[in-house]
Amino acid sequence: MKSPKGKWFSPVVLIVLLLLLLALPAYAPSEYTFILITNILMYVVLTLSWAIFSGPTGYISLAPAAFFGVGVYASAFLSSDLPLFVVVPIGGAASFVLAYLVGSLTLRLRGMYFTMFTFGLVELVRNLLHWWEVNITGTVGRLIISADNTIVFYAMVATFLAVLFASDLIRRSKFGLALRSIGESEEAAAHSGVNVNRVKVIIFAVSAFFMGATGATMSMRWTYIDPTLAFNIQYSFMPVLMAIFGGMGHLYAPITGATLFSLLEELLTTKFPYYYMLLFGLTMLVVILFMPHGLEGIIEKWRNRVKAGMRGSHETA
Amino acid sequence: MRSGEIGSKRACGVAMKLLEVAGLNKHFGGLAACTNVDFHVEQGEILGLIGPNGAGKTTLFNLVSGALAPDSGTIAFKGCDIAGHKPHEITRRGIGRTFQSVRVFSKMSVFENVLLGHHFGNAKPSNPKEANEGTERILEFVELSAMKDARAMDLILANQKRLEVARALATGPDLLLLDEVMAGLNPTEVAQAMALVKRIREKGITILMIEHVMKAIMSICDRIVVLHHGEKIAEGLPGDISKNKTVIEVYLGE
Amino acid sequence: MIVQFLDIAIGGLLTGGIYALMAVGFGLQYGVARVLNISHGEFIMLGAYCTWTLFTSAGVTPLVSMLFCAPFFFAIGFVIYRIYYTPLRRSSESPAVFEGNSMLASFGLLFVVQNLALIIWGSPVKGYSYLAFPIQLSGAVFSANRIVTLIASVILGSAFYVFLVATRTGKAIRAAAQDPGAAELMGVRINRVLALCFGFGAMMAGLGGLLLSMTSIMLSPVMGMQYTLIAIIVVVLGGLGNIKGSFIGGFILGLVGYIVSSSQPGLSMVAYYVIFLILLLVRPTGLLGK
Repeated sequence: MKSPKGKWFSPVVLIVLLLLLLALPAYAPSEYTFILITNILMYVVLTLSWAIFSGPTGYISLAPAAFFGVGVYASAFLSSDLPLFVVVPIGGAASFVLAYLVGSLTLRLRGMYFTMFTFGLVELVRNLLHWWEVNITGTVGRLIISADNTIVFYAMVATFLAVLFASDLIRRSKFGLALRSIGESEEAAAHSGVNVNRVKVIIFAVSAFFMGATGATMSMRWTYIDPTLAFNIQYSFMPVLMAIFGGMGHLYAPITGATLFSLLEELLTTKFPYYYMLLFGLTMLVVILFMPHGLEGIIEKWRNRVKAGMRGSHETA
Repeated sequence: MRSGEIGSKRACGVAMKLLEVAGLNKHFGGLAACTNVDFHVEQGEILGLIGPNGAGKTTLFNLVSGALAPDSGTIAFKGCDIAGHKPHEITRRGIGRTFQSVRVFSKMSVFENVLLGHHFGNAKPSNPKEANEGTERILEFVELSAMKDARAMDLILANQKRLEVARALATGPDLLLLDEVMAGLNPTEVAQAMALVKRIREKGITILMIEHVMKAIMSICDRIVVLHHGEKIAEGLPGDISKNKTVIEVYLGE
Repeated sequence: MIVQFLDIAIGGLLTGGIYALMAVGFGLQYGVARVLNISHGEFIMLGAYCTWTLFTSAGVTPLVSMLFCAPFFFAIGFVIYRIYYTPLRRSSESPAVFEGNSMLASFGLLFVVQNLALIIWGSPVKGYSYLAFPIQLSGAVFSANRIVTLIASVILGSAFYVFLVATRTGKAIRAAAQDPGAAELMGVRINRVLALCFGFGAMMAGLGGLLLSMTSIMLSPVMGMQYTLIAIIVVVLGGLGNIKGSFIGGFILGLVGYIVSSSQPGLSMVAYYVIFLILLLVRPTGLLGK
C-alpha cells in the first residue's frame, strides 16, 4: 500500500542519524551536552507520541504530563528492585492502562470536552498522589536510585527508535487510515466499518505507553521526586506546542519542531531565566497566528511556490 | 458471543425479506420524525423512498444504518434485529450507505477512501493484497480508476458521490442505502448515476434509495414508499404512486 | 443538627458564589466567543493580585477597587480579543479549527500572564486581611468578608443577567450565542460583540479574583489553574451559556468542596473531578443545559 504522503524520511538519513547518536559518547562531549541531547530526545519522543493520536484524529490531548508522571512514579517504586530495561516498559504499561481507562470514558465525548478533561487529569493525579503520600504513606516524595547519564541517554535513544517505528507502522497500516478517517468524519468512518471508539482508545493508550516509558527513563536522572515535580503541566504544553510548531503531516515534522523548540527552551532558560515563560508564550502566540500549519506548512507553501515558478518559466520558455 | 456481533443468535428469525421494518418510532423532543413506519425491502429489488422535505427519509436511513436508535419498533435485516446496533456492526453485517451531504474523506486519496471501506467494512478481514485488489476492482466498476490517486477534495461533485458509493460498495453490502445520490448533478451526470445504480443491482445488491429526481425514481425503481411527516402514506408500483391522490396532494400542497 | 446543616449549606454557598462568577466569565468566552480560555484562571489570579496591591500600598478597600478592576479587566479582555483572536478567527479555515487554535493560543496567554505576575509580584505567597471579624448566623460562625463576597457575587451575577436580558447589547450577545451567522445578518456587529464577551469574561475573572482575595486565601502566581478547572466544571454542570445554571453549579461545587475539605482537605479537587467525570458521562449538556 502506498504510504500516506509519500516517504517520510529516507532510510539513509535515519541510519546516519542513528549512528551519530549511538557514537555520541565516544566523542566524550561535556556533561552539559549529554544532558541537553537527552532532554531533546525526551521532548522529541513526547511530541511524536502525542502526534500518533492527536495528529490524525484532531483530538487535542493535554494529558501527556499525566502519563509522563505515571512513568516517573512507576520508576520510583520499582527502580530499586528491578533493572532499567524492565522498569521502563512497566512505566509505559502503567500509563497505557491509565490512558485506556480515561480514554474509554472520555473519548466518546466531543473533542472539546475530551480536551478539558485531559487538561485536568494532570492536576487530578497529582492531587490524588499527594493526598496518598500525606495520608497513607506518611512521607511526601521519595528517593530514586538514579542511573548514569550515559545509560539514560541510551535508554532514551532506544525509546526514540521504538516510538519512531511504532509511529511509522501505525501510519502505514490500516489503523493509520482509520485514524485519519476518524479525524475527518467519525460518522462516515463508522459507516465504513471502523469501530471508532475502540480505535481511538487503543491508539490513545499506545501513545500514552511511550509517554510513560519516557517518564520512567527520565526519572533516573533525578534523585528525588514528589507529585509536584513529576506531574508538571509543562510536559503537556511542550509536546503540543512542538507538534503545532513542526506540523504533523509527515514524520519529520514533529521531530524538527521538537528539536528546534527544545533548543529554544534551553537558550531561553539559560539566557533569560526570569523571562523565558513570557518569551515562550509570546512565541506560541506568534506561531499559532502566523504559522497555523507549522514549519511544515511553510515548507509546503515554499515548495508549491517553487513548483509553480518552475512551471511558469517552462511556459514562457 | 456479545449480542450484535456477526453470527450471534440473539433475536434472529427466519428471513422472509431482506429488510423488514415494523412499527418504527423516533421522536426528537417534540418532533415526531418517524411514526409507526412499516415497510420491507425484497432481495434484489430497487426500492424508492420519496416524500417532501422533512418527511423523515434520512431519519429512516439513520435508524436502519445505526446512526440513531429508534424509540420503539423493530428493524430486521436478514432475519436478525439490528435496531439500535452500532453503525460499524451494521455495516459489517451487510448494509452500506451514502450520505445526503457527501462525506468523503477529503484529505485522503480516492484509493484510500475505498480501501478503508474494504479493510473495515467486511465481515471477514482481508490481507493487504486482497484489499488492494478488491479496491482496484471497485474503482474500475464505478469508473474512477483514472483518478485513484487524486485527493477526494479535488474531485467534482459527481465523482465525489461516485466515490462515496464506491466506498460503500467496498464494504461488501447486500443492501445499499443511497441518500439523494443524484442531488446536485446535471442531466448527463444523472443519467450516468442511473446507469451505475442499475449495474449495482445487476451485481445482486439490493438498493433502497432516497431521491427527489422523479425521472430517476420512476424509471429505475421497482417499488416506491412515500413518507410524509414521518408517516408512510403510500406504497406500491411507480405507476400507481404517480396516480395516487394523497401523494399528489402532498407534493402539490408543499 | 440544624446548625451543622446550615454551617455546611452557608459555607458551601460562600465559595460557590465566587465559583459561579468565574464560571459565568468562562462560559461567555467559550459559549459565545468560542475561545476555550485556558488562561482564565490567570486573570483570576491577576485580579487577586491587583486587589492586594491596591489594598496594601494605597489602602483602597476591595469593594472600592471593584470600580477600578471591573473596567480595567474588561478593557484587557476586549483589547486582547480585538488584536489577537479576531485576526485568528479570520485566518482559521473553519470554526472547529478556530476553536482548537484559540485554545492553544490561550496557553501562550497563560505563560505570558503567569510570568508577568511572577516578575511583578515575585513568588513568595501573599495575603491580606479585610473584614475578617466573625459573624454569627443561626449558631454557625462565618467570617464577615466571606459573607460580603457571597452578597457581592450574587449582586454582580444578577446585574449581568439583567444586562443580558434588558439591554440591546445584551440581546445582541444572546443572539450571537445562539447563531452567530444569523445574528450578523440581522445587523449585529459580530466582531464587536465577541470582543465584548471576551472582555466581560475577563472582567468576571478579575472580579472573581478580587472577591477570592478578600477571603484571606494565600495568593501565588501559580494559583490560577485550579480555578480554570473549577470554572470548566461549573460550566459543564450548569450548562454552557446558562447564567442561572452557572450559579447553581457553582453552589453545588462550593458545597461539595466545603464538605470534602472538612473531612479530607487535599481531596476537594479530586471530588470536583469525579463530579466532572460523572457529568460528562451521564449528562454532558449539564443539569440545566439543552
